[in-house]
Amino acid sequence: MPDSIPPDSVGIVTPQRQRFDLPLPLDCGRSLPGFELVYETYGTLNAQRDNAVLICHALSGNHHAAGYHGMEERKPGWWDVCIGPGKPIDTNRFFVLALNNLGGCDGSTGPSSLNPATGRSYGPDFPMVTTADWVRSQACLADHLGIDRFAAVVGGSLGGMQALQWSVDLPQRLRHAVVIAAAPKLTAQNIAFNEVARQAIMKDPDFHGGRYLEHGTYPKQGLRLARMVGHITYLSDDAMGQKFGRELHSDTLRYDFGTQFQIESYLNYQGEIFSERFDANTYLHMTRALDYFDLAKAHGDDLVAAFRQARCSFLVVSFTTDWRFSSARSRELVTALVEAERNVSYADIEAAQGHDAFLLPIPRYMELLRAYFDRIANESWPVAAA
Amino acid sequence: MRPDLGIIMEWIAAGSRVLDLGCGDGTLLAELTRQKGVHGWGIENNPHDISHCIAQGVNVIEHDLDQGLAEFRTQRFDTVVMSLALQAVRFPDLILDEMLQIGRECIVTFPNFGHWSCRHDIGLRGRMPRSDFLPHEWYNTPNIHFCTIADFEALCRKKNFQILNQRVVDRHYRSNPLMRRWPNLLAEIAIYRLTR
Repeated sequence: MPDSIPPDSVGIVTPQRQRFDLPLPLDCGRSLPGFELVYETYGTLNAQRDNAVLICHALSGNHHAAGYHGMEERKPGWWDVCIGPGKPIDTNRFFVLALNNLGGCDGSTGPSSLNPATGRSYGPDFPMVTTADWVRSQACLADHLGIDRFAAVVGGSLGGMQALQWSVDLPQRLRHAVVIAAAPKLTAQNIAFNEVARQAIMKDPDFHGGRYLEHGTYPKQGLRLARMVGHITYLSDDAMGQKFGRELHSDTLRYDFGTQFQIESYLNYQGEIFSERFDANTYLHMTRALDYFDLAKAHGDDLVAAFRQARCSFLVVSFTTDWRFSSARSRELVTALVEAERNVSYADIEAAQGHDAFLLPIPRYMELLRAYFDRIANESWPVAAA
Repeated sequence: MRPDLGIIMEWIAAGSRVLDLGCGDGTLLAELTRQKGVHGWGIENNPHDISHCIAQGVNVIEHDLDQGLAEFRTQRFDTVVMSLALQAVRFPDLILDEMLQIGRECIVTFPNFGHWSCRHDIGLRGRMPRSDFLPHEWYNTPNIHFCTIADFEALCRKKNFQILNQRVVDRHYRSNPLMRRWPNLLAEIAIYRLTR
């Protein structure tokens, strides 16, 4: 709980909800008859409506990117270090929009929502959603808010993949894409980790084929395990070593299988918290959206051809100890962007924290984003879409 | 603007595609974009310079030149520039090769170790050359592969690089007829435009 709201915070924010009563066709061939998106905004949309920044969330994120929902909230939004008055994405200059993606579990239409066709929650019947579907739904929200073109679409990890998808699918609707700790598609190893997480959830006896809500329960143990596996991949070996090493929870070895090492209790704790706030079906959907993401696929498996569709400038950022989406994956994006003759800058930030670094206030990372957003705020550009 | 950049700019065609190796704070690319409508990208590994490039809207890619340019091997640039960095890379011959693989032409500038003051320092004083222009001691210098103009041209002959232009200047980028007559003795900086 904050004692008082820090001056560089966007302060107390209230989520908003928008219903769209139009069918949304999806990549999987099905469509949603209508949908709701929950979102937050920070800052003010200017008269020219050209200062909007879209924040795309990663696997377990949501619309609450900055500020506090109330004085009783323990921690601010998930990217509060970056968004606020005077922060790198400066809400004195930008109108920042963050939403909960379709399939999410924080208020937007997802597996826990009521299926109008059956009168019960979608559960396993919720259609598969992809990054391209998200981009289409986000564009609906932009239309509703009167934003023709974003100054920037920004995201880390799966959020970065949405920024990439925006650049290729709706090239006229953004001036900049900021792509952090992402990749053009997942590797077999990435998919493997996701599959372990999904199996942990689906094999939990409380999963009930995805209809756990109707049984008044949820696959808590599965979600815990899924998060524990995921969490290991978000940290670097070094970061884990520095933070926990082989420290014991108790004074001596107990010669049993209970929690003894600090890393064990940390992972258990992370898993526990996560299992209490996140929905299992949403976890399945989000990891599948990651697996399916392949920017080049719709362009003859040619990443350069995909990027030739783009019109925006790109900032690509990676972190030296990120092994979930390593620097090499970001460099694939960069070389393809240069070959496609797009404007691109790339920085590989020295950071010990692994993939998690994209959420942390690492000084060089913050300075870089600040420099880039300063430039966006100061640049002159034609009013009409190019 | 640094005078060497003015010379380099003369040799780059308007609207061309340029890669600047060791682009520093992005001054050359910013000017090339402004004055000649060039589409350019810089390669740099100094975080401070990278931020500076980004702030002024210059495309900059963080990369260590000693890792080579293999990642860019599918690229085609009109001109690849490397200003006063040749002497600081681990494999100057290989990087020249790579520059002319990914670029139709390249522009290279380097300090001439054949300059009389260097010869004086080594030949008469018996010490490694040091000056305002090359201020480092032998043990902490980033410049690990010095060459003379004669050395450089020998390498070009060996590799069959064609010299399109050559300019020789002092540290203030001035030239004179004597310097042009005896460049290897009197020039402090050499600027070459090469192709294959």
